[in-house]
Amino acid sequence: MKKLDRKLLRDLYQLRGQATAIFTVIATGVATFVMSMCAYQSLTTSKDKFYRDYRFADVFSSTQRTPNAMLPRLREITGVATVETRLVYDVLLDVPEMTEPATARLISVPDAGQTVLNHLYIKRGRMLQPDRSGEVVVSDVFAKAHHFLPGDEVRAILNGKSQSFKIVGIALSPEYVIQVQPGAMLPDDKRFGIFWVSERDLEAAFDMTGAFNSVTVRLAYGNNVDAVIEDLDRLLTPFGSIGAYDRSEHLSHQYLSDELSQLRGMAIIAPAIFLGVAAFLLNIAVSRIIVQQREQIAALKAFGYTNLEVGVHYLNLVLLITVTATIAGTLFGFWMGNGMMGMYEEFYKFPSLELQINFFAVAVGFLLTFSAALLGTYVSVRGAVRLPPAEAMRPEPPPSFRLSIIERMLPKHALAPEMRMVVRNLSRRPIKAFLSVIGIAMAVAIMILGNFSLDAMNYMMDFQFRMAQRQDLTVTFVEPATESVMYEVQTLAGVLQSETMRAVATRIRFQNRSRRVGIMGIEPEAELFRLLDAKERVVRVPDFGIMLNTKLAKLLGVRVGDEVIVEVLEDKRPILTLEVSAIVEEYTGVNAYMNKQRLHAALLESKVASGAFLKVDPNSMDQVFTELEQRPGVGSVTIKDAMMQSFENTVAENILVMRSIIVIFAAIIAIGVVYNTARISLSERSRDLATMRVVGFSTREVSTVLLGEIFIFTVLAIPIGFMIGYGLAGIMIAGLDTENYRVPLVINRETYMMAAGIVVLATIFSAGLVQRQVQHLDLIGVLKTRD
Amino acid sequence: MTKTAVFRAVDITKTYQMGEVQVRALRGVSLELFEGEFVVLLGASGSGKSTLLNILGGLDVPTSGTVHYLDNELTASDQGMLTRYRRDHVGFVFQFYNLIPSLTARENVELITEIADSPMDSLDALDLVDLRERADHFPAQLSGGEQQRVAIARAIAKNPDVLLCDEPTGALDVKTGIVVLEAIALINRKLGTTTAVITHNAEIAKMADRVISLSNGQIAGVEKNTTKIQANVLSW
Ligand SMILES: Nc1ncnc2c1ncn2[C@@H]1O[C@H](COP(=O)(O)OP(=O)(O)O)[C@@H](O)[C@H]1O
Ligand SMILES: [Mg+2]
Repeated sequence: MKKLDRKLLRDLYQLRGQATAIFTVIATGVATFVMSMCAYQSLTTSKDKFYRDYRFADVFSSTQRTPNAMLPRLREITGVATVETRLVYDVLLDVPEMTEPATARLISVPDAGQTVLNHLYIKRGRMLQPDRSGEVVVSDVFAKAHHFLPGDEVRAILNGKSQSFKIVGIALSPEYVIQVQPGAMLPDDKRFGIFWVSERDLEAAFDMTGAFNSVTVRLAYGNNVDAVIEDLDRLLTPFGSIGAYDRSEHLSHQYLSDELSQLRGMAIIAPAIFLGVAAFLLNIAVSRIIVQQREQIAALKAFGYTNLEVGVHYLNLVLLITVTATIAGTLFGFWMGNGMMGMYEEFYKFPSLELQINFFAVAVGFLLTFSAALLGTYVSVRGAVRLPPAEAMRPEPPPSFRLSIIERMLPKHALAPEMRMVVRNLSRRPIKAFLSVIGIAMAVAIMILGNFSLDAMNYMMDFQFRMAQRQDLTVTFVEPATESVMYEVQTLAGVLQSETMRAVATRIRFQNRSRRVGIMGIEPEAELFRLLDAKERVVRVPDFGIMLNTKLAKLLGVRVGDEVIVEVLEDKRPILTLEVSAIVEEYTGVNAYMNKQRLHAALLESKVASGAFLKVDPNSMDQVFTELEQRPGVGSVTIKDAMMQSFENTVAENILVMRSIIVIFAAIIAIGVVYNTARISLSERSRDLATMRVVGFSTREVSTVLLGEIFIFTVLAIPIGFMIGYGLAGIMIAGLDTENYRVPLVINRETYMMAAGIVVLATIFSAGLVQRQVQHLDLIGVLKTRD
Repeated sequence: MTKTAVFRAVDITKTYQMGEVQVRALRGVSLELFEGEFVVLLGASGSGKSTLLNILGGLDVPTSGTVHYLDNELTASDQGMLTRYRRDHVGFVFQFYNLIPSLTARENVELITEIADSPMDSLDALDLVDLRERADHFPAQLSGGEQQRVAIARAIAKNPDVLLCDEPTGALDVKTGIVVLEAIALINRKLGTTTAVITHNAEIAKMADRVISLSNGQIAGVEKNTTKIQANVLSW
């Protein structure tokens, strides 16, 4: 080995504490980058492959009863490659071990035995047999939640009659990669399942022979979706179509897309922070070494080492740390990515989901890290290269000190001598001090970023499901229910309080924008289903106009007082012009509301209801379920507690995992920055400090000089970190702002306190490490060496 | 006999700009150093000795005047050529040794022999300064005099054509200083290396073939010693 390389290894060993800190910060940054990029690619590839191989449809439409005679007309639409018509019904299930109701979406499979579009991937068992009835293929997550196996029986209530099906297969579908019940926020595997049954069975049960109520379309390559949608709507409107939509409004696809864009966001933000901090740490470490080795550099040059050789020598030091950290980070990233795949497998169902190594991302990771490292050390290394050899033979002149502004503002003897040294050191190197403060502030910010999502989620749940919606059950009716049906439900034994609502599918237009939205008519004096503004105040339902939630208002670009055009997509299909009377806050969905009486009037109908909100005596809950299941008019029952429970089990659990990872990351950054800064101060000042010890200062007083600076940094960093954390949280939730849900920017006091606490602990820990070195200061040795 | 002039400096000046003030370190120095010669540069602190030596060694360039090393005009050379010149021809010994603390004595020597054309063995170089048995010690484990002898071994190990020493005994006590000077003188005698040693101690000058005195940036006098004295009989 060349002697210069041997020097490098020994220097590195000397620097092992700092090098480890920098190594860890870089490795962490690279790992998050590689993990998110690989997860992104894996998910994208699995999705694209599944969509392509299993022929996921491009356009969807649901209608009322439409005769099969319409099919040729649909096929003639320009741009349409394949059309599949089918029957789709949401029904209640009759699962013995479950008292609360579960909903199944029944989808018909042509008698030939396989669907034309949205093919099923049979995971276990087999597909339906063409000539047999009473068979069902169920979705994988639902089967798993209920421990169903092929051969088991399930009962569903079809059109009021309980009917038994034999499970023959367990399947996945590109249409339900993630299985979320419309109106629910998150998947609830136990209470919502997809059932594929033979067309014959469904036609018989729902009296739909020779007709369909759902259309899926695959477009010919390169065709305009909007034109096809327009044609479909024109043809299907007479049959009660509530409007065709493309994949962007398809729930499962939306969830997947949201996840992908979040991954991309993570792949940018996290590494940016880590690599920024790493560049800074490398900068202070390397510039310190070069100052320290000024005379060694001069000797090398005097003996004929070229500028290039000297520069490369110091760059190699940087690269050695960077390369090993990048390799370690990449491997760690693969490992984390693998874990991430495990997490995704619970949510997203693909025939296969395997971690793919994104070599491009790995290359970019290397490139980014090297750029950060070179950026951080360029100036120092260039300084070493440029150092004229003769100049360097002269010892470095003592640094020039001035009275700092802080000292000039204070009375003459306000500061103890130790503190005066601290303040002067700080003001002598303001940029370094500033960067140290920012570095520690980043640790605070990352802590906040990692923890706030739980605060925000909790707040969102609280706001939506405790403050605004106070019902226990939401019941929807298959057909708008008459007063007598409503009355029956409302007077069930155990129902304490009830409200009814009317929901209708519409398209709302404002200027050139339009949205397919359900309008819900609610009671003005509602006690259960209430609307709130962002300040949690109840918004009374005015008896005119339409109310939009904030997301819908934003999508349409509408403000209170604007007039929107509402095309009702059901029954008499009136077209209304309504004034926006209020905008309400909601963190899920895009919704519009009206006074129920006004809605009835606008629809030219008598008092009917699409559903009801019930408050139920907890002791009679089971009885109420049983009663509801027996009522033919009841289409679905949503249980608020169950929904919140499943939310907490799935999302909160994953957030907790993420949270512990992030706490570790923040601690890495905090310790990295604090330890480095203190270590450098120690090395810069070991002579001064040893001199202080020699002339009689105690170890404690000497430590004050050294660590006082670090504690000042930390104290300054905390409020700055709070602000950066708040800002980054804002950026992060902007990325989470989707049509399905939004995350409010809510950060609890405890989260701030915890962030500050962890960083203070990290500071104390690092200070302890350095403090030990102060105790072992070699008084004679330090004074002897010329450093 | 006429010896070859290894160095030929003609009317060199060096001016440092220190903010407002101009420091004139050299004000017109002309001299020649001959092959195999042992020259001592004498002068008070600040008289310009180091500046002159640095210019001869290609560490620095004069403000005006010309310097030739054999047929090469150093004053017309760029940085790369000067580096090449130092690498191939010059050995330095500095007042503060400037050893690499993370390398052993032997590795410090090898650091330089690695980039030399026809170096001697690193252990042989350490033998010349009588430090062979300390070869695997780090600088921190050696005394000041021993460190300076390692520095001399390092300077001569590449078989340089010229050996330039800037106050090699400045940081040492008398006894150790003599040991170090003996080592330098030995090398000059044994290998015939042209040697220039800076000191501000007139006693050391008695060892030299010639003594050049500097004062205030100019040559104050040149003295030829007819009888060289061994270092160990110097008293200073
Ligand atoms: N790099 C420099 N910048 C400014 N002044 C310098 C520099 N190097 C030397 N000097 C000045 O030049 C003069 C001669 O210095 P030097 O050659 O080191 O003297 P000596 O080695 O004889 O003590 C001194 O006044 C010194 O302060
Ligand atoms: Mg000098």
